[in-house]
Amino acid sequence: MTMTSPQVAPPAGAAEPAGRTSRRASRRSWAGWWFIGPFMAVFALVFLAPIAYSIYLSVFRNQLIGGTAFVGLDNYARALGDPQFWSALGRVSLFLAVQVPVMLVIALVVALALDSGRLYGKSFFRISIFLPYAVPAVVATLMWGFMYGTRFGLVGNINQAFGLNLPSPLSSELVLASIGNIVTWEFIGYNMLIFYSALTVIPKSLYEAAEIDGAGQLRVIAAIKLPAIRGAIVVATIFSVIGSFQLFNEPSILKSLSPNTISTYFTPNLYAFSLSFSGQQYNYSATVAIIMGLITMAIAYAVQVRGMRKER
Amino acid sequence: MIKTLTRRGLLQTSAVAAALALGLTACGGGGNAAPQQTVNSDAVEAALQKGGKLTVWAWDQSLKKVAEGFEAKYPNVDVNLVNAGTGNDQYTALQNAISAGSGVPDVAQIEYYALPQFALSKSLADLGQFGAASLDGTFTAGPWSSVQAQGGVYGLPMDSGPMALFYNKQLFDKHGIAVPTTWDEFLEAGRALKKADPKAYIANDTGDAGFTTSMIWQAGGKPYEVDGTNVGVNFSDEGSTKFAETWQKLIDEDLLAPISSWSDEWYKGLGNGTIATLSTGAWMPGNLVSGVADGAGKWRVAPLPQWEKGANSSAENGGSSLAIPAASSQAALAYGFLKYSNVEEGVQARIDGGAFPATSKDLASEKFQNTEFKYFGGQKANQIFAESAKNVPAGWSYLPFQVYANSIFNDTAGQAYVSGTKLKDGLAAWQKASAKYGTEQGFSVKE
Repeated sequence: MTMTSPQVAPPAGAAEPAGRTSRRASRRSWAGWWFIGPFMAVFALVFLAPIAYSIYLSVFRNQLIGGTAFVGLDNYARALGDPQFWSALGRVSLFLAVQVPVMLVIALVVALALDSGRLYGKSFFRISIFLPYAVPAVVATLMWGFMYGTRFGLVGNINQAFGLNLPSPLSSELVLASIGNIVTWEFIGYNMLIFYSALTVIPKSLYEAAEIDGAGQLRVIAAIKLPAIRGAIVVATIFSVIGSFQLFNEPSILKSLSPNTISTYFTPNLYAFSLSFSGQQYNYSATVAIIMGLITMAIAYAVQVRGMRKER
Repeated sequence: MIKTLTRRGLLQTSAVAAALALGLTACGGGGNAAPQQTVNSDAVEAALQKGGKLTVWAWDQSLKKVAEGFEAKYPNVDVNLVNAGTGNDQYTALQNAISAGSGVPDVAQIEYYALPQFALSKSLADLGQFGAASLDGTFTAGPWSSVQAQGGVYGLPMDSGPMALFYNKQLFDKHGIAVPTTWDEFLEAGRALKKADPKAYIANDTGDAGFTTSMIWQAGGKPYEVDGTNVGVNFSDEGSTKFAETWQKLIDEDLLAPISSWSDEWYKGLGNGTIATLSTGAWMPGNLVSGVADGAGKWRVAPLPQWEKGANSSAENGGSSLAIPAASSQAALAYGFLKYSNVEEGVQARIDGGAFPATSKDLASEKFQNTEFKYFGGQKANQIFAESAKNVPAGWSYLPFQVYANSIFNDTAGQAYVSGTKLKDGLAAWQKASAKYGTEQGFSVKE
């Protein structure tokens, strides 16, 4: 925003040079476009065009019998009154409320432990906790899906070895928690890395000063480390909020193992996917996607505003 | 090899031409349809001689050999066989290509249950213009009725899946249980098996739309009635009720393994005696050989259990046709490929590749019937499959939006497998959801 605005009006009364100024201004504005043009073209093509196209799709309805018709905001009205959409949203909201805090707290504890300097084999722990993040989500889910098997999977083996009768992690009651477990396992390392890198830039002199003042480790954490990495915590929270609302890979893959407990509208993303790929309801699917995008943006924004206000 | 094939091919072509001519004379009373057919079968032959590049979308591996043979027979034709995904993935791609109006293939593999959807949206060429109606009797009744829609013929049957009971003989023998011939006996066998070995199940089932509709088909049910854009969905008819009642008992008594088909656990279960039977289409043997190597020699095939003692009803499960998208500019050439692949030499090439044909002649051929399956301990399983193919009740139809309906089966009827919902109510919920979608899509739906 430091670019000089080309529309600065010439000072009144300077009649003669006015022409020159405006000519130069217009030349300057073209030069500016040359610089931002390539970016704007790519930006328009890959960011704005898909959004515009989705909005365009969302105001039409295509029927197998009757073809395509303009329906205005009908699709939006339908989505707002669609119990399947709301149940999907409710499910990911519950997921967000439970899984995200658990994951972030564990990641924070791990990051603090790594940063404390008292951990033996620090690099080993750091890499092994980060490793799950390097495993593609699809592979991770397949792996966990296999372990969750009550007949030949890990759960089955435990049942057999100890004569237990553990309930199936993929049963209706537990399937959301089981997905939460997979996501937590995948993303602890990622969030730990965000926290840990924020912790490493805190000046060591602060710790020395605290030590001289007689502050213990917990006090250092509460008074120095946590306030210093608040920005990182806000960022990690926003990423996690977005990730929760976009939950798709894990339920979509586990669905083949447990088709009855994971419905086609288990998460909003899965719902949009089934609508468009099995139901060929591209228009309604686009509508669901746009509404979810707006809700996600609103919540991520709220988290950010709240996080920043505290910082001030 | 190529030489003999060409010679045989020429002989067969002339034979087919003669047959066609006979057919034309026979149906001389058909009025003005006859001359049109002659023109077009000539057009097909001319297109085959002239040649061109033909794009075929199919995931069936056995078509590779067919394409090679076809190219050898018609040197001017270049077949480009593309795997654009399996089942639903390919339909999505095809639908997109048709909407976009570009990149549409000349031939596409389409499963029977999905064919009405494409026929209805006028995405496929009516093969009647090439005289496909004269092929009546060439194919077994089930597949042939599956390619009829909207008063036309929209594909030629490529393979079929007459159902049979695959069972683990070793397991049945070990526990002294007789192989069930009715579904009531099947239930009894399930109870006996569970008593003898608590870890073994008579079958696996986590709710499968294709299987459920096939069972209802066998029971004589007609839950779907389609007449143009008028669609009836009703799961309270006798056939559906018979299925729901028996299956409810199997579910309630925990006799069905909660293992989804095609999962790792499923393959293991079939091999290690956890899953005792499999009621599915005749295309299964190849999958058993490749996926359940431990089962070799243990498994056998029996006719599908009956809903009434002494009956011999069956049903189709799966199977595909080859169809020509309406947007193809080389429909005549494409039809030539369809005929080669599904009626002429291609059939044998596909049988050799492990496919199960839909042509009556090949099903009845001695060589086919006497094939011994090593996997099934030398059993001549094709005899059972061919018999099953003959006994498929006529008059079954799928919804013109079956692809979507199947995708929501587990949301509705599938709940009966995991919660206290009764299967009957689950099917009613499925009916309701299917009808709702149909209405949204502009059909007039009667429940």
